[in-house]
Amino acid sequence: MSGLQPIELYARTITDEKQASVMDGSSSGTEKRFHVLSEDYEDPDALRRLAGAIKDHTLHHLGDYLAKAEQALTARGVHIHYADTAEDARQAILGILRSHGVQRLTKSKSMAAEEIHLNPFLIENGIECLESDLGEFIIQLDGDEPSHIVKPIIHKNRREIASTFLREGIGGEYNDDPEVITRRARVHLREKYMEAQAGITGANFVCADSGRLVLATNEGNSRFGMAPVPVHIALVGIEKVIPSERDLAVFLNLLGRSATGQQLTVYTEFINGPRSANQPDGPEHMHVVFMDNGRTDVLASDCAEILRCIRCGACQNVCPIYRQASGHAYRSTYGGPVGAVLSPLLFGDRFAELADLPKASTLCGACNEVCPVDIPIPDLLLRLRDKAKRENVPSAASIPMAPFATLATSPSLWRTAMTMSKVMNYLPVDVAPVRPLRDWLGQRTLPEWHGGDFRKWLSKRPKKTTD
Amino acid sequence: MSVPTNRPAGKRVLLMGTCLCDAFYDDVARATVEVLEHLGVSVEFPENQTCCGQPAFNSGDWPASRKVARHCAKVFQGDLPVIVPSGSCAAMNFHGNPLQFEKEPDASVDSLAKRTWEVMDFIANGLGVTEWKGGFEKPVRIAFHRSCHSRGSNSGEATLRLLESIKNVEVTVFGQAEQCCGFGGTFSVTFPHISGRMGSLKLDHILESNPDILVSGDMSCLMHLTGLARIQGRGIEHLHAIQILRNSIPGLAPSPA
Repeated sequence: MSGLQPIELYARTITDEKQASVMDGSSSGTEKRFHVLSEDYEDPDALRRLAGAIKDHTLHHLGDYLAKAEQALTARGVHIHYADTAEDARQAILGILRSHGVQRLTKSKSMAAEEIHLNPFLIENGIECLESDLGEFIIQLDGDEPSHIVKPIIHKNRREIASTFLREGIGGEYNDDPEVITRRARVHLREKYMEAQAGITGANFVCADSGRLVLATNEGNSRFGMAPVPVHIALVGIEKVIPSERDLAVFLNLLGRSATGQQLTVYTEFINGPRSANQPDGPEHMHVVFMDNGRTDVLASDCAEILRCIRCGACQNVCPIYRQASGHAYRSTYGGPVGAVLSPLLFGDRFAELADLPKASTLCGACNEVCPVDIPIPDLLLRLRDKAKRENVPSAASIPMAPFATLATSPSLWRTAMTMSKVMNYLPVDVAPVRPLRDWLGQRTLPEWHGGDFRKWLSKRPKKTTD
Repeated sequence: MSVPTNRPAGKRVLLMGTCLCDAFYDDVARATVEVLEHLGVSVEFPENQTCCGQPAFNSGDWPASRKVARHCAKVFQGDLPVIVPSGSCAAMNFHGNPLQFEKEPDASVDSLAKRTWEVMDFIANGLGVTEWKGGFEKPVRIAFHRSCHSRGSNSGEATLRLLESIKNVEVTVFGQAEQCCGFGGTFSVTFPHISGRMGSLKLDHILESNPDILVSGDMSCLMHLTGLARIQGRGIEHLHAIQILRNSIPGLAPSPA
């Protein structure tokens, strides 16, 4: 019996302030999602299942749909790049930027970019790279890590943000009014937009039939970032393809509602390709980098359903363990339930290091219940626990199960143990043989042992016959 | 998760008593027998039963849990419905087992999956009893904690409907009802801090609704919650939903101690 689980240890160290921020942000997200979905749809579950089925279908024919998307995009003058690994993706983007002589750019929020640590890489290579999403911008100022898929600074409160702005000299004296903070960020960012030479975005969806990229944002930053620059690069995970524009009716309706409780995000951009002859502005050059980075391995695994994920964060919001431990506890780009499945798989070489993540769950199933694409997350967590055990990945605080299996398959031994268990009623807690059990009993009392009493009652009562 | 369709119902059943009732909550198993017999059902209790295997399954030790599941399936073989006073053990039979036997199908395990009912689901949807003709002399406020392993099954709805139909019972409404109590079996041992915080938060919400009794369909949740509550000096009376059904029938209710 060694140590405690890493996520448990992390949860013990976070400040009350941080925990309260995470708890408030996530629980209000859950509430809003619930209300908007149940008000707008008689049976939101049917919609979730439909979305899951569309994604599953696409994943089963991913090669075909990617080829279709590539064809449509190329026809519109978009340059397509494929990146097998994170390094390939970084080099592809760096190559594009260098070929266009780009030295400064703005980047809107992209989980794919987070996944490959694009920002620090570009900065290392001498390219000024500014995060234009407010949350990501604050993360960048603080040298922090995002802790939530859609609300990267869910772990911060407005006082911390105001202090950051004061430290960085953005907007003058300390002011923690959210409106003032936002206005100051806006003034600061606007100047930077105009200086940029390229814009990097992700994409929420790529429609295979038209090649159209769809971006859902609330700040309009990706749109603003693209307006004044000649080059647009979209970094897109290969699983973002959907069959047709028609499917957006399902996905856009679910994405905003699941992520932030909005019927639709404030900005939904449909990007056709580079600017056409009769468009007054917008990038003249557009590049799409389709990134694998472990996704085909996930597709071939028995956890392929996780690739349905549309990155809404609803599972993080509802997860009681995420609420207690924060996204940072998961030590990877993706925290919470989705991360507990995706991270150990996606970063295959880190499986052993991240194999504890799937254990940080009571398997309560709330994540599955809110998932807009109906991913059976608890089942996938269980499969990963089995995988870790099969691959002999050492695990902190694991309880050996062989003695239990022996006892539970030896009925007479079991009955004797049950009857004997009553002796526990007279033993002090301190004699519990292992530390976790002593800890457990330190927090809770056990009910009185009644081992074997039911069986005794049953055998002593007069036999009832009904037929 | 979803429950199997076309499960056998009928007036002869096998009782899966659960290890928790075997060790601690004998009266829950007893109430299950008494309520089912009250409904004209004859109940058999296979002596060699032990546990459904869930602790090993959830820990990821599937060879160990498959061994227990095979034993369990053998003990409950045949074609009678298997009734369990626990949403969690029932879900192990009809959801967990199919998952861990995916690559090595086992006919008896499969048969167990197709015959298992959580007891409240069985009463409401197997026997078709949707109103409980019982009652209490004085009004009773019940906080019903919907255990997580009944998500996706009919048990939560069935329990709520039966409880609400009892004379003088009021089911309270409390915040964040969808949140887990934090037990999770071995989770509570390997994540004691998180588990305890989750439990305390759940208790805050439950107690705010000012209930007389805390009720659930899973004694594991109640064991965890009331164990925490007692140490925190805010003990609360707690019963399994099947005990409420039993206690509301004058002839069946245990005489006060």
